[in-house]
Amino acid sequence: MIAILAFLTVVALLVLWWISRQGLMVKPWLETDSVATLGGADQPRLPPAQIGLGIFLAVVGSLFALLISAYVLRAQLGDWRGFPLPGIVWANSLPLLAASLALEWARVRARHGDIMLAQAGVIGGMGAAAVFIAGQLWAWTILTANGYAITSGPAGSFFYLMTAAHGLHVIGGIVALARPIAKIRRADDVAAIRLSIDLAATYWLFMLLVWVVLLLVLSGWAAAFLALCGRIIAGSG
Amino acid sequence: MADIPHDASASAPPAELGEMELYHPRSWWTKYVFSQDAKVIAIQYAVTAFGIGFVALVLSWLIRLQLGFPGTFNFISPEAYYQFITMHGMIMVVYLLTALFLGGFGNYLIPLMVGARDMVFPYANMLSYWIYLVAVLVLVASFFVPGGPTGAGWTLYPPQAIMSNTPGQQGGIILMLVSLALFIIGFTMGGLNYTVTVLQARTRGMTLMRMPLTVWGIFVATVMALLAFPALFVAAVMMLFDKLLGTSFFMPTLVEFGQQLSYGGGSPILFQHLFWFFGHPEVYIVALPAFGIVSDLIATHARRNIFGYRMMVWAIVIIGALSFIVWAHHMYVSGMNPYFGFFFATTTLIIAVPTAIKVYNWVLTLWRGDIHFTTPMLFALGFIVTFVNGGLSGLFLGNVVIDVPLSDTMFVVAHFHMVMGVAPIMVIFGAIYHWYPKVTGRMLSEGLGKFHFWVTFVGAYLIFFPMHYVGLTGAPRRYFETTDIAVVPDSAMALNAFISVMAFIVGFAQLVFIFNLVWSLKNGKHAGGNPWRATSLEWQTPKTPPEHGNWGKELPVVYRWAYDYSVPGAPEDFIAQNQPAVAGREAST
Repeated sequence: MIAILAFLTVVALLVLWWISRQGLMVKPWLETDSVATLGGADQPRLPPAQIGLGIFLAVVGSLFALLISAYVLRAQLGDWRGFPLPGIVWANSLPLLAASLALEWARVRARHGDIMLAQAGVIGGMGAAAVFIAGQLWAWTILTANGYAITSGPAGSFFYLMTAAHGLHVIGGIVALARPIAKIRRADDVAAIRLSIDLAATYWLFMLLVWVVLLLVLSGWAAAFLALCGRIIAGSG
Repeated sequence: MADIPHDASASAPPAELGEMELYHPRSWWTKYVFSQDAKVIAIQYAVTAFGIGFVALVLSWLIRLQLGFPGTFNFISPEAYYQFITMHGMIMVVYLLTALFLGGFGNYLIPLMVGARDMVFPYANMLSYWIYLVAVLVLVASFFVPGGPTGAGWTLYPPQAIMSNTPGQQGGIILMLVSLALFIIGFTMGGLNYTVTVLQARTRGMTLMRMPLTVWGIFVATVMALLAFPALFVAAVMMLFDKLLGTSFFMPTLVEFGQQLSYGGGSPILFQHLFWFFGHPEVYIVALPAFGIVSDLIATHARRNIFGYRMMVWAIVIIGALSFIVWAHHMYVSGMNPYFGFFFATTTLIIAVPTAIKVYNWVLTLWRGDIHFTTPMLFALGFIVTFVNGGLSGLFLGNVVIDVPLSDTMFVVAHFHMVMGVAPIMVIFGAIYHWYPKVTGRMLSEGLGKFHFWVTFVGAYLIFFPMHYVGLTGAPRRYFETTDIAVVPDSAMALNAFISVMAFIVGFAQLVFIFNLVWSLKNGKHAGGNPWRATSLEWQTPKTPPEHGNWGKELPVVYRWAYDYSVPGAPEDFIAQNQPAVAGREAST
């Protein structure tokens, strides 16, 4: 359960940082305001959707950290055999990277008010993400054809499970991209469009990050890296 | 006392926070059925949770029939008994307690208590309820599929959960897992609402440290649930893969009826880790809202400011954080490195520190208070006593060496029913008696309420106190029959019969409560806006029950914390949160 605990530690540190700025040391029983002392307005707050997305990503992160935890726990048992990652899986990172870059570009364009260019970025992102999904399905077909079906062994089962979980989140992301496009079509308020694209870009960046971590774990690079760190620490001790 | 002046918001500078765009229903369907109003959603959650909770209550009677009078009721087969205990446990923990505290109380109270018009994502909030309802219906459907519901025990441990000798292994277990996954998806939508509303939609002046402890409890519990439920989700999906696709995540190599199954190499312990990584925080997901609510009940009905408010907030946060690193204390007998056992026993006992702080603070709030023994107060007091009792037996079970002999005995059943069954239910009842006047505009009958309290409180003790002793004799839990077990003496069997009779009496007292709920809707005394003379914002709404949008034209403005009771020199024994300080009147400011 190391992965989920590490993830939750990061979340806890963020919460601690946030909470340290919330005046938890005040004595509310002594701090009564009058009409005059309450004075000015509260500090401007972030849009609820942005906070909502942040919390949602924490939930999604927790889901993947748990999957990785389960993978690591299972991989420690004696009978674990590796699983050959097909090259297509590596190559498939490119369309996902392209989708994320397209949305980052759309984010910048929307900030500058070029809504039409931003729309092109969003549609480009959708297309690239669709290519990614097609690539993943292709990878599954190749693997199954080569005798590595979902029941072929624990590593294989985890591969299918984790790529499916990630793929479903990507498909959800593609569906959600219809929202900024609909807003642009309806010629909504520019701020609303900007926010919508902003949220989408953040989500896609997160999906890319999750994919990179999954690739590192599934390919065994993460384990090799951690083992190396362990050796260095042991050596220095 | 509905006559709290509302001039505060009028005389304050206009709120510079943007007013949220409120969805306005246009038809009866969108107003009362597919409603996006958190108050309606809260009632929908509560009614559904009570509905399915009643099923679980009936199941508990059936369990007690078998345990109290083994061999008497032939319609209870061993298979059916396992199905009853499984469904009773899962429904009570997930579909009743979690849904009611977060979906019910969370939805009703958060927007009102923080001074918001509604939840920040009303559409997702509505979806949250409907997905919850589908989850409940899928669960209920499992009673009607061939083979019936799953009988794997509420923890659903593999491998037996999907093996052919376990009742409900055809359709029941699949529906259970699908239902849990749906519940979690629905909850996530609601949970995002509860947290973001607390963070972003508080009215002017409502700092975090002015929030009532009810909101703190629900808020932290929601954050925990958002992070812990994915563990159950992952476990459910992986088990579905094992069941439907033939993977072996949790299934080891097995021989059944002389035949080797196609499974191989899976780890049942992996499931236990995932399950309890959700399962232990779940205890506090239920307990923290209860802690929060009971703090507010005690302060209001003892007319005292809550003792150690800051400490109460910190304790809630610390308990929430600690509960993520104690999960393996449920797995002492599954086999683990002794150092891990030591670690988890230590963290488990450390949780007792912030919890004890809370208990002391409740008692110190009561100390020299002007205690009104109203029904909500009686239930709040009942909670404290029950929670302390249940918590103390937890100290036994938290220690590895004591847990090992007690594990899987009725002692464990008695412990968790005290601490996680009876105690939170006491708070739920207290909270309903407390807030029913706000929800309906009518008071619940105090006479019936007191009857309900005394029968429930005394009865629950007569059920679960003796059960500890039954457990200490070594009577195992999850056994269909314990009559022929040498270690279980006849006296334990006599106690079992007594417990069963008490369970029926307590169960029937709940029917009185339901009657009270329905009867008082039309016949209860008119409550007015603030019958308990309470300070927090939900009691200061312009209308009771609060209308759509909660606050009429202008949002309230908050000038003080939620616990200004019996302030020296004040004209009344409470000062509402939206009352500004008057220069020279309150020396402390």
